[in-house]
Amino acid sequence: MTMLTRLKHDLTMAEAARGPGGSRVDLLEVAAMVERGARVLDVGCGDGELLRILETRGVDGRGIELSREGVNECVAKGLAVVQGDADTDLVDYPDDAFDFVILSQTIQATRQPRVVLEHMLRIGRHAIVSFPNFGHWRIRLQVALGGHMPHTDNLPYAWYETPNIHFCSIKDFRQLCRVSGAKIEEAVALNAWGRRMRLKMPWSFWNLFGEQAVFLLSRRK
Amino acid sequence: MAEASATLDLADRKREADHPHSLLVRFPTNNPLRLDAGIDLTPLQIAYQTYGELNAERSNAVLVCHALTGDQHVVNTHPVTGKPGWWETMVGPGRPIDTERYFVICPNVVGGCMGSSGPASTNPDTGAPWGLTFPVITLRDMVRAQAMLLDHLGIDSLFAVAGGSMGGMQALQWAASYPQRVFAALPIAAATRHSAQNIAFHEVGRQAVMADPEWRGGRYFAEGTNPRRGLAVARMGAHITYLSDAALHRKFGRRFQNRENPTFSFDADFQVESYLRHQGITFVERFDANSYLYLTRAMDYFDLAGDYDGAVANAFRGAPTRFCVISFTSDWLFPTSESRAIVHALNAAGARVSFAEVTTDKGHDAFLLDEPELFTIVRGFLEGAAKARGLNPARR
Repeated sequence: MTMLTRLKHDLTMAEAARGPGGSRVDLLEVAAMVERGARVLDVGCGDGELLRILETRGVDGRGIELSREGVNECVAKGLAVVQGDADTDLVDYPDDAFDFVILSQTIQATRQPRVVLEHMLRIGRHAIVSFPNFGHWRIRLQVALGGHMPHTDNLPYAWYETPNIHFCSIKDFRQLCRVSGAKIEEAVALNAWGRRMRLKMPWSFWNLFGEQAVFLLSRRK
Repeated sequence: MAEASATLDLADRKREADHPHSLLVRFPTNNPLRLDAGIDLTPLQIAYQTYGELNAERSNAVLVCHALTGDQHVVNTHPVTGKPGWWETMVGPGRPIDTERYFVICPNVVGGCMGSSGPASTNPDTGAPWGLTFPVITLRDMVRAQAMLLDHLGIDSLFAVAGGSMGGMQALQWAASYPQRVFAALPIAAATRHSAQNIAFHEVGRQAVMADPEWRGGRYFAEGTNPRRGLAVARMGAHITYLSDAALHRKFGRRFQNRENPTFSFDADFQVESYLRHQGITFVERFDANSYLYLTRAMDYFDLAGDYDGAVANAFRGAPTRFCVISFTSDWLFPTSESRAIVHALNAAGARVSFAEVTTDKGHDAFLLDEPELFTIVRGFLEGAAKARGLNPARR
């Protein structure tokens, strides 16, 4: 298994609570941001779970996945998925080819997150990015007091074998949005069980208490 | 003795070219095949095999396109060699291309030598074999002829068109030429154009045939000769390109053939030499040398970008077809980069495409071999497409 699939696998197997249909709640949050009937590209689609959810909602979904196992599993399910790498293959897609381009729990594993995000905004009218928040208090505590790289259910790897080479906090991601010309349409923080945190609070609060974040972005005019 | 068996080979093959052990359709002279070369080929004859049953809605037809030296005998015993069909791992009851569910049609390509019009066929105007007077054909011509066959069979739209190598090129050409007639396309180990390296290999093969004194400018039937050496050498060279360094090493290594020590001669000391010689000899028994020239030429001319204003994507713009592109890691004749170029063009055209690269050391020929990963992908893709097409679920 490649590291990306392992990450996806672990994310699936870990605490991630499941919704009524047995789907990961964070994926349902992502799916909720997608309009019915839209054209969607899921970058790093893993075993195709999000695409499957989207197709039940009348979405025309396509996927890119790095791992052969993931691709083969998706194609065998009848999903339109191509084997490819977010870092190198997005350049091949024409402008405005999709309504939504989704990067779910993958940006921290890309070599060039900024380039990837800029391509997403070029290819799609909207980009949706979800990622584990490195600003979460437990992570901060582990670094500050434990003196070691963080280790949680969602981030189960030792530093020397993690596929995650570009971690960021919610605050960091907002800064990336600024420099890449992305407009934040909507942002939600998810708690440890992948459920949306509904309170209205300032960014600094979510940066401390959100375990994951989902951003809906569009190109700044 | 060699001469006697050569004549026998030729007579058998000549008979198979005109009166094949296959289903056969002869189009009347008022229904010619209009060739890219600007010539009307008539009367056109197409030999084909079918497997399974066409459903009442006529919506479950799968066209299987064969590769350069393949033929229409996909899953039945070959009438000339007596060997099993060339795609029995993929096609048949319960196989990924399930003949209990789909109606499979495989025609011999135009230019072939197993019953469809080709250089080994008799030219009705002269009563002699066409030989080199047969017009040069293209993959578009082959596909156009297949479309005529489907018209004849009353099949308006194909559920799927599938093939490997030259068969995969035909699958792409089908989606480009007749997008409304192709619901799903499965080009395996294919490309949007024949590369310079591949044209070069083909040229070596053709020169080997033409260098054989028995080729006689393509008139070997009339002169009672047989360019078996030239064609065998062409096959030996080509066969190497269908394999991989790793596969050859795994199968043969540097092992000697039935001997302990080198003979210090030019005998087939090594197993790999003996194997290649065998490949050459068996090929000559079933294939026509002129056909080999015409079909390699057709592949050389294949260039979708060239046919569509320089961009492959133009060939597929607005195509309703869903595609599944498959390549093999060790295929250096039609490498993964070629399949990626197909995917790139299909993405640019907004087509629905899946793409998977199968890990194997078996090279280009992997599409013909036992590759479970390949079967899983093909089965899954077709099942997804069948659902979208509203075909009844598999019986088993």
